[in-house]
Amino acid sequence: MNEERKGLKEKITNSDIWRSIFRHGYEDTGRRYTLQVLQNVWLHLHPPRISRHALNFRFTWCMGGITFLMFLVTAVTGVLLMFYYRPTAEYAFHDVQYLEFDIPFGMLLRNMHRWAAHGMVISVMLHMFRVFLTGSYKKPREFNWAVGVILLLVTFFLSFTGYLLPWDQLAFWAVTVGTNMARATPVLGHEGPFAPQDITQSNDVRFALLAGTIVGPSTLLRFYILHCVAVPLLASVLMALHFWRVRKDGGISGPL
Amino acid sequence: MEHFIALVTKPDNVPIVAILFLIPYFIYLSYRQARQTDKTGVPSDAALNDKVYVWPYLCRNEFICAIIVMLVLGVWSIMIDAPLEEPSDPTKTPNPSKAPWYFLALQEMLVYFDPWIAGVVLPGLIIAGLIAIPYIDINPKGKGYYTIKERPFALAVFSFGFIILWIVLMVVGTFLRGPGWNFFAPWEAWDPHLVVPLTNVNLSYLFGIRDADTANFFGFVVVAGYFAIGPVFYLWKHKSSRFLQELGLVRYIIVSFLFLTMLALPIKMILRVVLNVKYIWVSPWFNI
Ligand code: HEM
Repeated sequence: MNEERKGLKEKITNSDIWRSIFRHGYEDTGRRYTLQVLQNVWLHLHPPRISRHALNFRFTWCMGGITFLMFLVTAVTGVLLMFYYRPTAEYAFHDVQYLEFDIPFGMLLRNMHRWAAHGMVISVMLHMFRVFLTGSYKKPREFNWAVGVILLLVTFFLSFTGYLLPWDQLAFWAVTVGTNMARATPVLGHEGPFAPQDITQSNDVRFALLAGTIVGPSTLLRFYILHCVAVPLLASVLMALHFWRVRKDGGISGPL
Repeated sequence: MEHFIALVTKPDNVPIVAILFLIPYFIYLSYRQARQTDKTGVPSDAALNDKVYVWPYLCRNEFICAIIVMLVLGVWSIMIDAPLEEPSDPTKTPNPSKAPWYFLALQEMLVYFDPWIAGVVLPGLIIAGLIAIPYIDINPKGKGYYTIKERPFALAVFSFGFIILWIVLMVVGTFLRGPGWNFFAPWEAWDPHLVVPLTNVNLSYLFGIRDADTANFFGFVVVAGYFAIGPVFYLWKHKSSRFLQELGLVRYIIVSFLFLTMLALPIKMILRVVLNVKYIWVSPWFNI
């Protein structure tokens, strides 16, 4: 019986079809474990081996990984949402309504995107807190901490630009309040201290951010492009750098 | 009370409610590990050279973690719908108008400082200060493990900034601010017509100064004197303190400036609450 099974298994795993899909078998050896990571495009960011304490949930809280996972979820759901959304003052709000009521699973899609975005903001703050508490920013990881601070800002900015897109009262006024302070930028805002005479409402930093003197249709377009293209690209590049540096700085920090 | 409940159960405020549980949990978790290390000492080298294969050990953990997080996110997304209010209308200003929850600590600072400080200068200094941390914290100990004993000052400063000035202010801004950005305790009803008499006065006024030029000079002296605490302390202590000598003058100036700036926020809050102080320094160009 056993012999027969083995024969069958060999027949299958030696067949041309099987071999065309799986290039080799799976041996239970350290060499195999190493290759598993090295030869997989998704896993090769990892080193083949890490110190044992880096596995410990109580040490890392998994928060960096969760932040990345949340980013991936928002990227996938975000692309799906883009199929149904037009960033113009006429359509935006109604597209979201249409998505909620008429698209199968549209509401779920929107919920997942929004809650994953909020989740990312929570987890990135906790990640920073953990990195501080374990002193992991110390030599040689100073630069990666700086990259992290920029990633923190990028995360806030991603969430903030997305906040406007439903184009409802909540979105409009949250973004109005959030960008109001830019008026008061010293020198560069028209209400700020030391603003030169020729800095006015329609050429200060707030104008650059809003593409207008108040939140309007051009703001919507500007935030849409920032939210869906520019900032995610920036975030991806910075994350690649961040992960690369985690490895190059000697993996997860430990007491050595 | 009903306004408070409405705020706590608002879908967009779920993250804040979650933070109320997550932060204490993680503080507890790290505190326990720090206590452990401080008692038994840092683990020896032998235990640390213990390496494991990423595949399957780390990948398995990542996989399990991802599944749990996706489950939580899935349940959250099925149970609670993202908010969609009426279409935007620039002529209808809601009261209060709140920024997204993660900016409410900044919005809360607007109560105590003018927008150019609360909205631009302080956030800028927070960012610069965060980036500067690894370069100004020269303590080589406490790297890669939880400890309190080996870096009490760094931990105290950062935790104060993160937990009190960021998280707590965010929670206050979300749950305890009502119409007119007035403070409402959870059990109080929101009164949209509440008028809080503006009895705030400038610090110079409290000292009996009435004319603008003297007040300007007085404010300058107070603010400059406050920031001079740093250099004066250095001159006084640097001969006898090995720590200050190792830190060096440049690092010291940055540390003391950032530290005093951070403390300026709670100081201004206390001055406002206790003495109704509006500004500390009123000048023709800006007010602090
Ligand atoms: C989009 C945001 C971010 C993502 C996706 C991310 C992801 C990660 C991941 C996956 C790790 C591996 C260890 C772990 O999970 O804890 C890590 C480590 C690290 N992160 Fe982040 N991170 C982000 C933001 C930040 C921020 C805001 C900071 C600090 C200001 C930061 C500083 C660091 C440092 C210094 C390490 C090395 C930690 C160590 O060696 O123990 N990162 N990050």
